[in-house]
Amino acid sequence: MNKGSDGKTSQKMASQAYGQKMAKTANMKVVEGSYAVAHAVMCCLPDVISAYPITPQTHIVEHLSQMVADGELDSEFLTVDSEFSALSVLVGSSACGARCYSSTTSQGLALMYEVLYNVSGMRLPVVMNVANRAMGAPLNIWNDQQDAIGARDVGWLQIYAEDVQESVDATLQAYKIAEDSDIRLPIMVCMDGFILTHVYEPVELLDKDLAREFLPPYRPEYILDPKHPKTFGAFADPSTYTEFRYQQFEAQEKALDKIEKVAVEFEEVFGRYYGGLLDSYHAEDAEVVIVTLGSVIGTIKDAIDALRSEGKKVGLIKVRSYRPFPVKALRKSLKDASVIAVLEKDVSIGSEAGLLTDLKAALYNSQIRTPVIGFTAGLGGRDITIKDIRRLVDKAEAARKGIESEFEFLTLRKEIL
Amino acid sequence: MEIKAGRLVDPCSSQITKTGAWRTFVPVVDHKKCIKCSLCEIYCPEGCIHQEEGLFIPDLDYCKGCSVCAHECPQRAIIMILEEK
Repeated sequence: MNKGSDGKTSQKMASQAYGQKMAKTANMKVVEGSYAVAHAVMCCLPDVISAYPITPQTHIVEHLSQMVADGELDSEFLTVDSEFSALSVLVGSSACGARCYSSTTSQGLALMYEVLYNVSGMRLPVVMNVANRAMGAPLNIWNDQQDAIGARDVGWLQIYAEDVQESVDATLQAYKIAEDSDIRLPIMVCMDGFILTHVYEPVELLDKDLAREFLPPYRPEYILDPKHPKTFGAFADPSTYTEFRYQQFEAQEKALDKIEKVAVEFEEVFGRYYGGLLDSYHAEDAEVVIVTLGSVIGTIKDAIDALRSEGKKVGLIKVRSYRPFPVKALRKSLKDASVIAVLEKDVSIGSEAGLLTDLKAALYNSQIRTPVIGFTAGLGGRDITIKDIRRLVDKAEAARKGIESEFEFLTLRKEIL
Repeated sequence: MEIKAGRLVDPCSSQITKTGAWRTFVPVVDHKKCIKCSLCEIYCPEGCIHQEEGLFIPDLDYCKGCSVCAHECPQRAIIMILEEK
């Protein structure tokens, strides 16, 4: 089952299947990332869309609004006064049995914070694209992942996409995972703001009929219905509250298998596979393994190609599912590394950074005693270049002889401090 | 008692879910002093004081011990006593 940690084979299989499928279904278009995702949402046939515009998410909901206005999509599109209202509307709609969609970023996600817990606590399978962006202050509209990583504990699943195609495909997969009767949890599909939302690249837009075949209609067991009254998210005192949290925890654990399963089912219909929980690139024989999330993977792959041609054994593990955190899959795919370097676009001010601490926690009780070092980079939209990755690899190689610094800001401009 | 994911409950769940457990002080009514003005019933934020056979009685399954009834009683017929178990 653990296809994600066996990257080479799965990539080969996927590319073969992709090749066969392309001949039949290719609908490749050069479109903006936001349009591609909006198109994917349209194919999921949401009953209710509720969102508040915020850069760099705006284009996604703008496109959806246009689709509804043009009659291409039969959804209730609600314009609201804030992100807090946007998600609150979906609490009610989803409890009524509607398939619901929203999208936000950064300060908008922060404003939703209270409702994020309500959605997951009431077990409502809302899907939301997060166009990852830096948090203020200082005010900054560019990409990093502090927003979603900061919301890692709210009970939502979090999938991080590498490119536009994966953002599209993960959005469709997300509904299938979220609405499964064993899971019933909301999902954030995270895509890097601007880098993925505003880029124009060739994308195979989803086929509506295939999407319908892949994703069954949403039929929840219980809904809000005046004829059969129910209350969602009612009061729970100390004698039962723990058990509700446990149920959510259990559902996230079940999602580990479900994410893999849905990724495989997706491949059967659409011919594309990105790994379920993880994916890898030249990780099998790698001495230096970089672990990361999101769109920076493209740059890292190029850097790895260059480093490999120079004889350096560098590989990559891509964390696709950050919540649930794939502890077993990570242990399996990192067991042979000589040194592990985590690169992420977030920082936990006062500690290290989300992925780094989670990964170290995952390895601590295993037999793996590989040095792990972490780097934050790309904050507030600063570019991460191939040169930066080379520096990271140099530092990682040095750490094999002894760790000098467990965590650092990779591209810090010391001269302006 | 089985719980349903998402804290899903049927109507009138508050009749099953008792909420008096976090009280520290308990109101005690001196019915001889009471003039039946019903201010305690009106002011009780929990709505848990009701007349039973002519007497105003707090429902201790829901009373949080907030003392509003004692504060509002013009006859000082309600006193709050530390509840020890």
